[in-house]
Amino acid sequence: MSTAKFGEYGGQYVPEALMPAIEELTDAYERYVLDNEDGFMDEFRERLREFGGRPTPLQHAEQLSERYETNVYLKREDLVHGGAHKLNNALGQVLLAKYMGKERIIAETGAGQHGTATAMAAAHLDMPCEIYMGRTDTNRQRPNVFRMRLNGAEVTPVDVGRGTLKEAISQTMRDWAKTVETTHYVIGSVVGPHPFPKMVRDFQSVISEETRQQLREQTGQLPSSVIACAGGGSNTMGSFHKFVDDDVSLFAVEAGGSSLAVDEERGVAPNSASLTTGTEGVLHGARTKILQDMDGQIMESHSVSAGLDYAGVGPELAHLVETGRITPATVEDDDALSAFHRLSQTEGIIPALETAHAIAWLEDATAEQLGDRVVLTVSGRGDKDLETVLEETAARDIPDGPDMDVFSRNGGINE
Amino acid sequence: MIPSRITEVFDDGPAFIPYLTAGDPTFEESIEYVEALARGGADIIELGLPFSEPIAEGPTIQHAIARSLSGGMTPARFFEFAERLDVDVPLVCMTYYNLIYQYGQREGPEPFVERAAAAGIDGFVVPDLPAEEADPLRAACDAFDRDLIFIVAPTTPEDRLAELLERTSGYVYVQARLGVTGARSDVSEQTSSGLERLEAYDLPAAVGFGISTGEQASEIVAAGADGIIVGSALVDIVADGAETESTESTAEIAARLEEKARELAEGTAVSMQSPPRSERT
Repeated sequence: MSTAKFGEYGGQYVPEALMPAIEELTDAYERYVLDNEDGFMDEFRERLREFGGRPTPLQHAEQLSERYETNVYLKREDLVHGGAHKLNNALGQVLLAKYMGKERIIAETGAGQHGTATAMAAAHLDMPCEIYMGRTDTNRQRPNVFRMRLNGAEVTPVDVGRGTLKEAISQTMRDWAKTVETTHYVIGSVVGPHPFPKMVRDFQSVISEETRQQLREQTGQLPSSVIACAGGGSNTMGSFHKFVDDDVSLFAVEAGGSSLAVDEERGVAPNSASLTTGTEGVLHGARTKILQDMDGQIMESHSVSAGLDYAGVGPELAHLVETGRITPATVEDDDALSAFHRLSQTEGIIPALETAHAIAWLEDATAEQLGDRVVLTVSGRGDKDLETVLEETAARDIPDGPDMDVFSRNGGINE
Repeated sequence: MIPSRITEVFDDGPAFIPYLTAGDPTFEESIEYVEALARGGADIIELGLPFSEPIAEGPTIQHAIARSLSGGMTPARFFEFAERLDVDVPLVCMTYYNLIYQYGQREGPEPFVERAAAAGIDGFVVPDLPAEEADPLRAACDAFDRDLIFIVAPTTPEDRLAELLERTSGYVYVQARLGVTGARSDVSEQTSSGLERLEAYDLPAAVGFGISTGEQASEIVAAGADGIIVGSALVDIVADGAETESTESTAEIAARLEEKARELAEGTAVSMQSPPRSERT
């Protein structure tokens, strides 16, 4: 049996109406995922291969290696079907819902990548699907909204609060409380009540499992360090999980937003760095590190990357940071934007803005921290972020950005 | 165990338990509104302490919470609010666990419960705290002789029910139907079955979620409830007054709340002619 806690973190803080569903899910997780009952994990892995396009490459990045005077390997989750690591978890959960006899899928999404992955998985497995998305995020991630609709999912904008991921999660929990008998809620990260943090981690740990094997094949060794961006933490835990018990340095790079300072009075954090600036509390079903004011009200977070813009983080990550196993780091918006351009130009990979945070941190990291075999997970591709990057790069002076003079104010290219 | 102020209420017949979000839309107006509920016949009053992520609430109470928070409501102000109220009925604080957990300099729920007790709060309902995580709060409530009220949902299985009621005091909050809070015109059949399985336990059962009229209150009492809980139907009246185009004065809104409370209190007191449950087919 798996326990519900990671040290003091985790647990199950949800309305009573959801508790039986959580128990049912825990039972299903233990049977199908942990014990491979009815060959669930075999089918999951086969679908990841055939539908998802796994394994993804572990690419030795030549220009980055030269720049940082070490060997940098990129784990290319941007090449998973749909363009992000999110499919690993979405496919796992939608398949699990099918094994459990559920009839409907709901999910929430911030940047739209989890929503897109869930919509794809639901279409692939022939399940009706509804996605909740904050109104602000539907505006800044329009291509992903369209992709979800193309895959047949309903996309419901959430107008309360600032209209970002935390409001979308609350709204999805409300839907679930009403429809729990027939519906499975595909949580998009290693957050929420037990068993979600463990289950999502297990589905995502295919990243570190492949990395381990691929680097061994290429070098005969384990990585000296692994770097991953951290919002809720599914890419982070997926990239780290199979290395937690090894002598490998693990760095979780959070969104430093525009500043690490927090405005207690206005309840606003101009960052999304829960591991670095957050404090222990209870949010969305788990005890974890969260951005909150002195009274315990959840703060409005900020990041130029919608996918990192969340006031909480997975409880296991909070625990591993607290026990010193994972080192947290932060990167501000401008540096992430700069890294976005740099990777695009030097390696020919347009990364998700989430990933750009991890790339940017390479500039700050010391040779000692990195060691001579660095793995960095490219959590997703940047197509979804092009509008944001265009606007943000035009609005300020971003080093390494292209010459923005060729773009007119309305976004078109001057002939 | 010594009967609490809350359990004593149920000795006098079915209880009418209204809910309002404290501080909605402003501190001063809200004081008048809550006092109007008491004049209208409230037996116990549930006061919402707003949390920024109210995952168990429907749109009506979500908006009330947003109004209250933007009006500057905090846990400290909430306790001042409770102290200011001129009402002679037990008060129950309804809030989410993070606010309870964060209060005060010491870790855990005890500082919150200690301060609440001093402010005259008699009990707590915490919708995101299931029995599994509730031992620290239960212990704090025991230390200050306060009641901890749990919600029983239509989905709660028998084995959980026993475990949950073991930790419950005051009354048990019976969720009439699945979903979030919000007024409905129909009262679910889930209510009767929910009440039936509580008969074996020696705790008053108050039914909430969706009740909006005196007639519904009567029906639910006739179905065996020891109390009815009404939130959204009352918050709707506050919301009418809080709208920018509203021309109603605070006194007029308070009068409407008092009138609605009276309808619901009378509905609770007069159970509709209905055969006892055991005689129904």
